[in-house]
Amino acid sequence: MSISLAVFLGFVASTLGITYWASKRSRGASAYFAAGRQITAWQNGFAVAGDFMSAASFLGIVGLIALQGLDGFLYAVGGFVAFVTILLLVAEPLRNTGKYTMGDVLAYRLRPRPVRALAALSTLATILFYMIAQMVGAGALVALLLANSGISYNMAVTGVGILMMVYVVFGGMLATTWIQIIKATLLSACALALTILVLDHFHFRPGEFFAATCRVAYHQKDQLLVRDFLQSGLRYKPPYGPLDLISLSLAFICGTAGLPHVLVKFYTVPDAKTARKSVVWAMILIGSFYVMTSVIGLGAAVVVGPDHIVTHGGTNMSGPLLAQALGGDVFLALVSAVAFATILAVVAGLTISASTSFAHDFWMNVIHHGVERKSGETMLVARISALAVGAVAIIIAIALGPASNAGILATLGMTVAASANFPAIALSIFWRRFNTAGAVAGLAVGLLASIGLILASPNFMGIDPPSATGTVHHLVQAKAWFPLENVGILSVPLGFLAAIVGTLLSHEPSSEAKFNEFLVRANTGLGAERAVERAVAH
Amino acid sequence: MNPPAERSSQNFPDQPEWDCIAASSQFQDLMDRKKAFILPAFLFFLVYYLLLPILIGYAPKLMSTRVFGTLSLAYVFALSQFIVGWVIAGLYLRASARFDRLIKDLPTKVDAPDGGS
Repeated sequence: MSISLAVFLGFVASTLGITYWASKRSRGASAYFAAGRQITAWQNGFAVAGDFMSAASFLGIVGLIALQGLDGFLYAVGGFVAFVTILLLVAEPLRNTGKYTMGDVLAYRLRPRPVRALAALSTLATILFYMIAQMVGAGALVALLLANSGISYNMAVTGVGILMMVYVVFGGMLATTWIQIIKATLLSACALALTILVLDHFHFRPGEFFAATCRVAYHQKDQLLVRDFLQSGLRYKPPYGPLDLISLSLAFICGTAGLPHVLVKFYTVPDAKTARKSVVWAMILIGSFYVMTSVIGLGAAVVVGPDHIVTHGGTNMSGPLLAQALGGDVFLALVSAVAFATILAVVAGLTISASTSFAHDFWMNVIHHGVERKSGETMLVARISALAVGAVAIIIAIALGPASNAGILATLGMTVAASANFPAIALSIFWRRFNTAGAVAGLAVGLLASIGLILASPNFMGIDPPSATGTVHHLVQAKAWFPLENVGILSVPLGFLAAIVGTLLSHEPSSEAKFNEFLVRANTGLGAERAVERAVAH
Repeated sequence: MNPPAERSSQNFPDQPEWDCIAASSQFQDLMDRKKAFILPAFLFFLVYYLLLPILIGYAPKLMSTRVFGTLSLAYVFALSQFIVGWVIAGLYLRASARFDRLIKDLPTKVDAPDGGS
């Protein structure tokens, strides 16, 4: 346990050092919200990967693969390919036309107040789901790690929350970016080490490894089952399985391009060219990481076994349990510390994007019509809202405790982003006719449909079999109204439909007139926000 | 002095100038070339990726065929998504280097963001 603590304290110390360094450099809003737009391509690629490879990826997806084989791996595939959408359609126009938030792009040629108000709302909703996913992962880790250390779950979560507030309030985007870079490096190294250990366990013969994954034995309802984990069907079963899977895929390819905490990263680089290169860096890192998760997850299924995982901390703990089985307690400590650092970094990234959206979109532009009454007011509001977001995160974490799989929870956030944010962003970039009514309708319907359907889905509704422990897995004890776990197949088209119908029902000549300007700027970078230092040098 | 980045809006050309750039043959050419790459690339990606859940869902027999040793077609197909993603990214990087050169030739008095002049 002391090694785990040492690694974790080392991480905390270096991140606090970075925060101090960043706070000395942070001058002005552009520095605070967008790291002065001086982040280079590889740095931003690592930071985007750091933001995206969350506890949901490392703990959640490894766990899903360990228990459900190939069906769990499809989460990893979706998470990776989503960046093709970002690369081809979103990253460059966003960088070229915006300043701090995705609301900037929407407000460019539309009426800013209603659009920004809704953009801020859906940003907060998306981030809330993500935050819950991270906290659930943290809870499970703490329960496993600190079982005999005298540190309670509540103390640990409060500590994480306070640290994250310090990063965001004092260090801003620059500190958050560097924390993500360090964390992405640690996490990739950790995944690589685990992968090598798994292959080593099978004498570096992939054939032997994959042969073992074809006959994983486990118990279900007191029956011994032997299943091939390289085959589909363990998670997605008829009658709704296939639709659920397609729905999940849709949420990934649309949703990732609507995730506020990923999108804000493209404002931290000097220009669209760097933004583009940084997506490719992120794809290299995230892709190789996810390929490794399949080895790690399948390794956990074979070496640790689903039975042991279920009884020793649940799905989220598959990776750490594998580390313990292959590398002993020392390696378990290392892996857990890295997983914890991951959660800390991602929560900081979520917090800064939530507080930026609240301060920039809602406070400045909706309430105060874009006029800063005092210099630095936006930053002050952002810092205060970061404190509020941190407090909410701590409260949620304490209220929830270790519950369902972190990967699935994050996917729900993805669905909200796919249904509300993505239609509005895509249509405002590509459709001349698009207007305020369309954006408002798309955001509102997408948000309501996705959240409403999620609440009516088996994620929240279901009848638990009576159990000895009395644990409740479903919030509402009734048959789910919507049969699919992933609601994107209905909510994404609804979001698009509402945006299109809303547009067609109203006329907004000013939006169409400004499309040429938007199109030229989005595609050329003319007149885009500059890097702070470079502009000074001119 | 305030961060100059905040002032960039003052350097904007007027509406007619944007329209003028948008109407220029050079800009039309840029858009045509971008469309010629991005549209087919994105559609190919969309079809190739969505085939994975569709085939797994509706053709489970086919996808459970073992292609390499014990590896099922489903797993190999899933792994191939990573290769396809990386290849599309590489091709796009190459294509966009050409777009960047076209941007430099646009008839405009506005500075390009990479400070070309």
